[in-house]
Amino acid sequence: MTAYDAIFWFFSLALLLCGVLVLISPNAVASGLYLVLSFFFLAGLYVLLQAFFLAMIQVLVYAGAIMVLFLFVIMLLDYRESRHWWHGNLLGLAGAPLAVAALAAALLPVLKRSGALAAAPEQWFEGTLENVMTPVFTRYLLPVEITALILLAATIGVVVLGRKEKQP
Amino acid sequence: MHLDAVIWEWIFVGIRILAIFVITFAIVPYTVMAERWVCAWIQDRIGPNRTGWFGLMQPWADALKLFLKEDIIPNHVHKVYFVLAPTLVFLPALLTMALMPWGSNLGPMSCVLADIGPGMLVVFAVGAFSVYGIVLAGWSSNSKFPFLGGVRSAAQLISYEVCIGLSLVAIFMQTQTLNLTQTVLYQAANGWLVWQQPLAAFLFLICMFAETNRAPFDFPEAEQELVSGYNIEYSSLKFGLFFLGEYANMMVASMLLVTLFFGGWSLPFAPFNAPALVWWVGAAHVAIFVAKTACILFLFIWVRWTVPRLRYDQLMGLGWKVLFPLALLNILITAIVLGLRGGA
Repeated sequence: MTAYDAIFWFFSLALLLCGVLVLISPNAVASGLYLVLSFFFLAGLYVLLQAFFLAMIQVLVYAGAIMVLFLFVIMLLDYRESRHWWHGNLLGLAGAPLAVAALAAALLPVLKRSGALAAAPEQWFEGTLENVMTPVFTRYLLPVEITALILLAATIGVVVLGRKEKQP
Repeated sequence: MHLDAVIWEWIFVGIRILAIFVITFAIVPYTVMAERWVCAWIQDRIGPNRTGWFGLMQPWADALKLFLKEDIIPNHVHKVYFVLAPTLVFLPALLTMALMPWGSNLGPMSCVLADIGPGMLVVFAVGAFSVYGIVLAGWSSNSKFPFLGGVRSAAQLISYEVCIGLSLVAIFMQTQTLNLTQTVLYQAANGWLVWQQPLAAFLFLICMFAETNRAPFDFPEAEQELVSGYNIEYSSLKFGLFFLGEYANMMVASMLLVTLFFGGWSLPFAPFNAPALVWWVGAAHVAIFVAKTACILFLFIWVRWTVPRLRYDQLMGLGWKVLFPLALLNILITAIVLGLRGGA
């Protein structure tokens, strides 16, 4: 086992452990913090794939901004109820293996192709910002813009729905 | 010969790590000192002048006092997070310090510890974590005032982080780089960015006040409303770490401002506007950087003792209704100007 493998396994196992802890920790804020930690390990995996920019953005956007917002909401709602780790929900517990099986079925074809993927050119991910961003603004410009429009519509929808009704 | 180069490289790394530790643990206490002196001067008082020569030993006396105080962990707190929180405030400042180009080069040694390609992204990814310290401290204290401080801090940080990013986009468009060293070199060649992007500099400065929780944006503490906010339950060295962390973050903010807008280690005339070729120019570059940082730090302190705190709704209004549109406008203007010039 090379050092690369060792680091990969460390990050992967730590990531999975954090994921499990997110689910079973009795406290909502603690769950959020484990999620932050798991984003770090995920960023570590990106670095192993030479995707430095992606790793940075992962930490900056998810851990640095989105999770702060999550914690803000959790703290604002002040959710103090201590939960059992499977939330007392037997049906949910039974559904979990099904969900895992479905995910495995979806991922299996990708894993089978991993040899072919390793041979594919990876320069899109690697190194500089230009390499990552050029496809976004050339080849994938239309999907990106459409996504932006959908997000804008969703934002406006949230504002409209969240607005307090005017008292007559 | 090759081995020699490797050994020297390691020695240089060691020197730079040492420099960062010295800056943080020896100079940051003197920033506290400076704060007290400037505050006294503005309020027409004398200020601390008894301990040691002109009161210069005062920070060490304070540190010793904090060391010797009893370290109380109240019974009702979430212990792990309670202990973790002060470290999380302090650590990001220390980490970001590693990315600051505090000089061009001293002989064969370059003056930045970690010259990472997209350094700016790393600075913000790491810098965003100081909020976790405050939020965690507020939550884990498990008492009302700290909790309010933590919630306020989270909301404030989210609002102003957006604006920081957007105000810097204009800079990146102009310099075409995310690297701090390259940004300084660009300014050494083309003039300071504060003259070319005054709006971005102004927005960034305001956001830095908010980001470091300094007056007029010191809502997480807000003595008059929240007693002392997120750090009420802390004592002894844990409180000391919060205190040190605030000033370390302030120093990092000043360094960032100097690096991005005030030309870093450069001065706009001959031997100082290019990387040093002889050692004394290199030493002068370090001195220039330190002097500029000191000026910005003075500005931080000056504002704190001059401007009263905003109201909370004013803070949110300022962030989203004034600074955010201005930052977008600045990007638009920069894009138009760069387009008319035919690219940068």
